[in-house]
Amino acid sequence: MDSIISGFVKAFSLIFHLDKELLGIIFLSLKVSGLALIIAAAIGLPFGAIIGLRRFYGRDLIISVLNTFMGLPPVVVGLSLYLILSRSGPLGFMGLLYTPSAMATAQSILAFPIVASLCHSAIVSVDPIIKQASVTLGATPLQVTITIMKEARYGIMSGVIAAFGRVMAEVGAILIVGGNIAGYTRVMTTTIALETDKGNFELALALGIVLLAISLMINMVLHYVQKLGVRTK
Amino acid sequence: MSELGLTIKEIKKSYNGKVVLNDCSFVFDRGKTHVIIGPNGSGKSTLLRISALLEYPDEGKVIYHDDYKTFEDNVELYRRITLVFPKGGLFNITVFKNAAYGLKLRRINKGEVEKKVEDALRDVGLWEKRNQNALTLSTGEGQRLALARAMVLNPDVLFLDEPTASLDPRNTSIIEEIISNIKRRYMPTIIMVTHNMFQAQRLADSVIFVYEGQIVDGGPGNKFFENPTDERAYKFITGQMVY
Ligand SMILES: Nc1ncnc2c1ncn2[C@@H]1O[C@H](COP(=O)(O)OP(=O)(O)OP(=O)(O)O)[C@@H](O)[C@H]1O
Ligand SMILES: [Mg+2]
Repeated sequence: MDSIISGFVKAFSLIFHLDKELLGIIFLSLKVSGLALIIAAAIGLPFGAIIGLRRFYGRDLIISVLNTFMGLPPVVVGLSLYLILSRSGPLGFMGLLYTPSAMATAQSILAFPIVASLCHSAIVSVDPIIKQASVTLGATPLQVTITIMKEARYGIMSGVIAAFGRVMAEVGAILIVGGNIAGYTRVMTTTIALETDKGNFELALALGIVLLAISLMINMVLHYVQKLGVRTK
Repeated sequence: MSELGLTIKEIKKSYNGKVVLNDCSFVFDRGKTHVIIGPNGSGKSTLLRISALLEYPDEGKVIYHDDYKTFEDNVELYRRITLVFPKGGLFNITVFKNAAYGLKLRRINKGEVEKKVEDALRDVGLWEKRNQNALTLSTGEGQRLALARAMVLNPDVLFLDEPTASLDPRNTSIIEEIISNIKRRYMPTIIMVTHNMFQAQRLADSVIFVYEGQIVDGGPGNKFFENPTDERAYKFITGQMVY
């Protein structure tokens, strides 16, 4: 019991003293997940928009696959990426294994289906009359697409934020492809796992508290965006 | 006066195997106000959407033309016609931005957009509400915004689907006044659907009666109401139709 209490005390002292190691780990976490989110959004939003707006053969299958992939087990993603990036793998020559880039790639693979699928559902839930209204007011096909995406903006934003929440909290995939190299690939979740293993609770606890706080913030933003979306309905 | 008229030729349309329009042909002369009347579900809105090029007919053609030539279906033609929906179709942005939407698409300069939008919003009595989100407007206000949004574009052909459907008497006469003003000032080709027979008489240069997916009667506004040739049209106008 005493050790838990003293662990918390030390953890808070690390946070309040803005411990350098702690800050470095938090910063790297945000960097890796932020980069992953940018990549996932850059590919996932246009992808989600296309399956939301166009009707083509195989579309239903793609939607089902995407929804399945939303719950993709992170360790499976980690393993697959590991096999691709390892020295004997097809992309081994790039030397990406155990780098933050590999971690960002793994996380973007996890974030992509979430961004794309939620973008798709936001778009299909826009009333079809919006499309007709924009056409009859003189929109070109591109302008129609932009208008529909704008109408779906709150749903799309929710998807991006939800994806960020997921990758920030993720540990399985990045542990496999990032290793756990101090000062280089060590992020919040992997550090918590490792330090707990070693019995060093104060850093693990401090990171746990920060992770929770970030998670809370993400969810508050998400809730706010969703509220904006329904306010006008 | 509007240079643009249209001809519909043998239009057929079914939804899920149910015939909604059957062999509709008509010439909508340019610069006139054509009023379409008929029972609920007879196909008026569908006819309007197809004529406004928002939907394709299963068979038949919609041809836009002036006195000399016909026009191809391209963005330039689309931008000379517009349809006002009976409800919905407003964007989840402010009243002002809704009214400015069509002008912005056309890359009109900002000063001109602001002036036109202000005039139109004042005309429909929504200038005070310009910063309100359009989806929070009452039904009647929304309908007036939809009209303003179309008006600013100065279309050659203006389609109106029940523009006064949920308006109170005062707003109905405001809208009618606006439509009359547009008629006087620009003489666009107007094709409108209404269930208000007095309104139809006040505004129509020509009347079309649609019944079960077909145009069964029609004629010049004043004459038609005095003396409809089709018995179903007569019963409909006088409220004796049972269906
Ligand atoms: N997208 C659609 N899918 C299926 N059925 C449709 C569709 N649009 C219209 N219909 C059907 O077509 C018929 C004609 O509808 P339409 O809206 O053209 O009637 P209307 O004359 O405008 O009626 P109202 O006076 O009530 O507005 C109706 O039976 C309607 O249910
Ligand atoms: Mg209708």
